[in-house]
Amino acid sequence: MAQRKFWEELKRQQVSYWFILAPFFLFFVFVVIPTVASIFLSFTKYNVINPPHWVGFGNYKDIILHDFRFRKAMLNTIIYIIGVVPIGVILAVILAVAIDQKIRCKNFFKGVLFLPIVTSIVASSVMWRWLFAGEKYGLINYYIVMKLGFKPIDWLMSPVWTLPAIMIMSVWAGIGYNVILFIAGLQTIPQTVYEAAEVDGAGFWHKFWHITIPLLRPTVVFVVIMSCISSFQVFEQIYVMTGGGGSHIGGVLDCALTSVPYIFDEGFNKFNMGYASALAYILFLFVLVLTFINNKFVQSKVEY
Amino acid sequence: MFTMMHLAKSRFSFTIFLIYLFLIVATITMLLPYYWMLITSVKPQGEIQTYPPKFYVQHPTLQPYRDLLNLVPMGRYILNSLYICVTVVLFKVFACTLAGYVFAKHRFWGRDWIFMTFLASLMIPWQVNIIPGFIIVKNLGWINTFSGLIIPTMGWCAFGIFLSRQYIYSIPNDLIDAARIDGCNEWQIYLNVILPLVKPVIATLAIFTFIQEWNNLVWPLVIVNSSAMKTVPLALAVLSSQTSSNFGMLMAGAVMATTPILIVFLMFQRYIIKGVALTGLKG
Repeated sequence: MAQRKFWEELKRQQVSYWFILAPFFLFFVFVVIPTVASIFLSFTKYNVINPPHWVGFGNYKDIILHDFRFRKAMLNTIIYIIGVVPIGVILAVILAVAIDQKIRCKNFFKGVLFLPIVTSIVASSVMWRWLFAGEKYGLINYYIVMKLGFKPIDWLMSPVWTLPAIMIMSVWAGIGYNVILFIAGLQTIPQTVYEAAEVDGAGFWHKFWHITIPLLRPTVVFVVIMSCISSFQVFEQIYVMTGGGGSHIGGVLDCALTSVPYIFDEGFNKFNMGYASALAYILFLFVLVLTFINNKFVQSKVEY
Repeated sequence: MFTMMHLAKSRFSFTIFLIYLFLIVATITMLLPYYWMLITSVKPQGEIQTYPPKFYVQHPTLQPYRDLLNLVPMGRYILNSLYICVTVVLFKVFACTLAGYVFAKHRFWGRDWIFMTFLASLMIPWQVNIIPGFIIVKNLGWINTFSGLIIPTMGWCAFGIFLSRQYIYSIPNDLIDAARIDGCNEWQIYLNVILPLVKPVIATLAIFTFIQEWNNLVWPLVIVNSSAMKTVPLALAVLSSQTSSNFGMLMAGAVMATTPILIVFLMFQRYIIKGVALTGLKG
């Protein structure tokens, strides 16, 4: 009897299942299955041509113990994060506070800052490749480096300057997103707090340091962690600005090789697909940790 | 009432001056790469690598565009990209709002589990899926096909479903019940009650999906190796890897890749910025 009731109930509900069938099917085949299959692949050696060959934790052991290129990639990723995230966040806070004042053309400034977010990273990278052109033809070389009295830098061909060049471009490309989030965060600060401070005679800078910055902290934490996650996974600008792929991904001497380009190189240039899957899962672990930190911090409420 | 702004105007006009100065410097920094791209794309070869670099063109020319179109079928790539974008947008808008309705208003066995699976997938970075994804597409024989470019992309609909579900959840049940009493079936409720009410979600979803798909490099990079099936970002990346001197042509390519998306942005600027502020979506 209970079974029959179950089937009746299911029949009544079947329209719900039909309605989610298409997205769920595609989601299952192209998101869930690959995620699970990737775990399996990470324990094998697989080069697409021969069937996967089980190696247990061999890939993970190799990555952690012997892989110097992995260490280089992680080091570069950390340098990239340390450079891009603080500058991107601090500049964005200042810009957001500036735009939030009683000024004209707010939407114009917001729009301009947001422009690179809708531009593809490929197109932005191509633009900046030209701005960073070597010798004295490059705009940045001529108008900044040489005006400051230095010799022109061969930005994207030098092992020292490739990563900083990409970092500068990334700050430019990502800042609008942070600014918009900070402006949204500023709206949550009650106007009464400012008014109270004004009654006490607080000036602009005083209010900035003692009201805006402390009360904006939840947004800052959120933006910092989001930026860390997306910087961790930087790929396209590295791919395009270090010559556009082939075996050159990562630039001269791997000077700008970060983690995801390294995974891509192992997986799709060398076809070490098992090894690349193991790399991807190690990276996923880092991202998960960041996500959990994010959830913990963002959920904690702030009292005014 | 005495607000911060009044104070700023009367007593701290110097601060306001500094703010404008700062924002104008920022604006120039943001726009300069675009200007430099545009101006380089209409310079004759002789004016491009000059010393010092010039901010104006003496003899504007469309030669770089001609060079580009002689070398690569950019028109074809724009059509490829448009076709992919439009198909994915139509599917996502339809499937996500329909699924969002079901998750918000229907009760059925396994609902919360299925919804949680969708949500959990939001944390998965693409580099985890891409290798098995490639193997699946290869085994389906979809390498270098529109199917391979379009259909797997449609599987990434978790965020759209989540967004729709949250919005539809706030629609009063009375509206739906009234329609049911009037004899509407579930499909008619979706078409006549839900769809007209979720227009803001549809707009946000459509715009963001379009921008994402137009700019997507990674998936086409993995799936496409034939010249005819390239998308705009892929074509531009390949062009960039092959260009070491003809920067005019490369910039012409960049102009052609950015113009359509900039038009979309200028049309929907307010929507896009509001969407980001509300949802944390990234373009």
